[in-house]
Amino acid sequence: MEMFIMSLTIFVLAIFVGVEVINKVPPTLHTPLMSGTNAISGIVVVGAIISSGGSEHTTVLSTVLGVVAIALATINIVAGYMVTDRMLNMFKKK
Amino acid sequence: MDVLINIGYLVAAVLFILGVKGLTSPKTAVQGNKMSASAMLIAVIAALLDSNVITYEYILIGVLIGGVIGAFIAKKVAMTDMPEMVATLNGIGGGASLLVAAANYLESQQLADMGKFAVTYDWSVAVILSILIGAVTLTGSFVAVGKLKGKIGDSNKVKLYKWIVKLCFATLIAGAVYFTAFSQLNSDYLILGLIVVCLILGVCLVMPIGGADMPVVVSLLNSYSGLAGAAAGFVLGNNGLIIVGSLVGASGIILTSIMCKAMNRSLTNVLFGGSMSEQSGVSKSENDAFYEGKVKFSNADELAMLLESAQKVVFVPGYGLAVAQAQHATRELASMLEANGAEVKYAIHPVAGRMPGHMNVLLAEAEVPYDQLVEMDTINPEFSQTDVAIVLGANDVVNPGAAEDPNSPIFGMPILNVHNAKTVVVVKRGLSPGFAGIPNELFIRDNALMVAGDAKAVLQDTIGALKDL
Repeated sequence: MEMFIMSLTIFVLAIFVGVEVINKVPPTLHTPLMSGTNAISGIVVVGAIISSGGSEHTTVLSTVLGVVAIALATINIVAGYMVTDRMLNMFKKK
Repeated sequence: MDVLINIGYLVAAVLFILGVKGLTSPKTAVQGNKMSASAMLIAVIAALLDSNVITYEYILIGVLIGGVIGAFIAKKVAMTDMPEMVATLNGIGGGASLLVAAANYLESQQLADMGKFAVTYDWSVAVILSILIGAVTLTGSFVAVGKLKGKIGDSNKVKLYKWIVKLCFATLIAGAVYFTAFSQLNSDYLILGLIVVCLILGVCLVMPIGGADMPVVVSLLNSYSGLAGAAAGFVLGNNGLIIVGSLVGASGIILTSIMCKAMNRSLTNVLFGGSMSEQSGVSKSENDAFYEGKVKFSNADELAMLLESAQKVVFVPGYGLAVAQAQHATRELASMLEANGAEVKYAIHPVAGRMPGHMNVLLAEAEVPYDQLVEMDTINPEFSQTDVAIVLGANDVVNPGAAEDPNSPIFGMPILNVHNAKTVVVVKRGLSPGFAGIPNELFIRDNALMVAGDAKAVLQDTIGALKDL
C-alpha cells in the first residue's frame, strides 16, 4: 500500500507538471504535439521489455504478448518521432 | 544496479519534460523532439539493464518488426492524413499497454507459484484499469480512423450504443469486483472476458459520436493512450512509466478542453449527445429554402479582379482545404498577391480541420511562414480592415449566427468574424450544411460572394485569371 500511495503521488504531481508545460504550447504546434506525445506513449515499451526479456517466470503466451507489445510500442516510438521531425522541419523553413 | 536504473528513468523523465517544453516555440521544437527521442533511448537502456531481463533475442525481434513498420509509415504518410495517423498511433499505444498488462498478469501467476509475488488489491485494480483504458483506446481509435476516412458514417442508433455501453460498464464493474475480491490469479477466463467487454466498450463509445467531433475524440484518445501507459506503470510498479504516461495524459486532456471550448460544447455533450446535425440539423428542403435565390454566385475571373485591387487579404482555411489538397495552390495565390503589394494572413479557428493544429501543418507544408498563421482572437479585430476574406471549405466556424442569433443551435460558439470584411468570398463545393447541420447566414449576406467548386480548382483558375489581367 505504501508503494501505491507513492506511485499515486508521483502520478498526480506529474499530471500537474504536464498541464503547466503543455499549456504553453502554441496552437500552431498542436499537431506535432500530438504526434510527439504518440511517440512518448511508446514508453510502455519499458514494461514490454521487462515482460518479454525474463526467462524463469515467463510462459510461451506471456512472451508472445510481450514481443507483440514491444513491436507495437516501437511502431509508436519510431513513427511518432520521425513524423514529428518531418512536420517540425516544415515549420522551421522561412 | 536498481539505483542506477531508477536514476536512468528519472533522467529520461526530465528530458521528456524538457523536450515537450521545446515545443513551446517553432524555433526550439526540432531540438525538443530530439531531446525527447534521446530520453526514450535512455529509458529503453534502463529497461534492458533490469535484472529480470535475461534474454534479448525476443526483444530484438519485436524492436526490428516495430521499427521497420514505424519508419515505413512515417515516411509515407501525407500531411493531409495526419489525423488518421495520430488516431492510429493512439490505438497502437493503447494496444501495447493492454498487452503489457495481460503479459504481467500471466507472469504474476508464475511468480506467485514460486513464492516471489503476493497479490495486492492495488495490483488487481491497476490490472483492471490497464485493461479498460488500453482496450478502449485500441478499438475506439480504430473506429475514429474509420470516421476520419469517412468509411464509418454518423450513426442513427445512438440509443442502442448507449445501452450497450451501460451493459458493458455493469459487466466490467461486476467482473472487476469479483476479480479483486475473490480470484485474482486463477481467473484467466474472467480476464479474457473483461478484455473482450472493454474492446466492445471502445467501439460503442466512439460509434455514436459525429464525424465532425473527431478533433475532440482524437485528443481524448491521445490522453487515454498516455493514461494507459501510466496504468501499466501502476501494474509493474514502475515510476518512469507513470511519470511519462501522465505527461501524455495531461497533454491530451488540455487539447480536449481547448477543442470543446472552441465548439462551445461540454465534453459530455460531445461524447454522449450524438452528432450535432442529429441534435439540431435541418432537412435538405429547409436548407434549400433558406438559400433560395439569395446567394450571389461568382467565378474565378471576378475573384481575380477583386483580389487585384485588394490591400489586405485573409485566407480562412477549413476541412474543405484539406480534402481538396489545396494548400499549395493557396500559397501560390498568396505569393502572387504579396508580390502585388497586398498584405496576406491566414485565420485559423481552433477546430478547423479534423484535429488540433491540422491547418497549420498543411500550410506549413506549403511553406507558408508560421507568423502569417494567426489565431482567432488576434485576427478577429482585423477583419473590419480586410478587403477580401477568402473562406476555403470552412462553414460553421464562420457562421455569424453563432455570434448574433440567440436562437441558433450553435449560439455562443466562438467564430471567425469574416462577415466584417469588405467582401467575403466563400469557396465551397455546394450549399450543404457543415457539421452542425444548419444553414449559414453568411452565405446570403450582402458582402458575401459564393464561388462553387473544389477549392484547389477554383484557386488555380483564379491564379490563371490573375496572370492574364
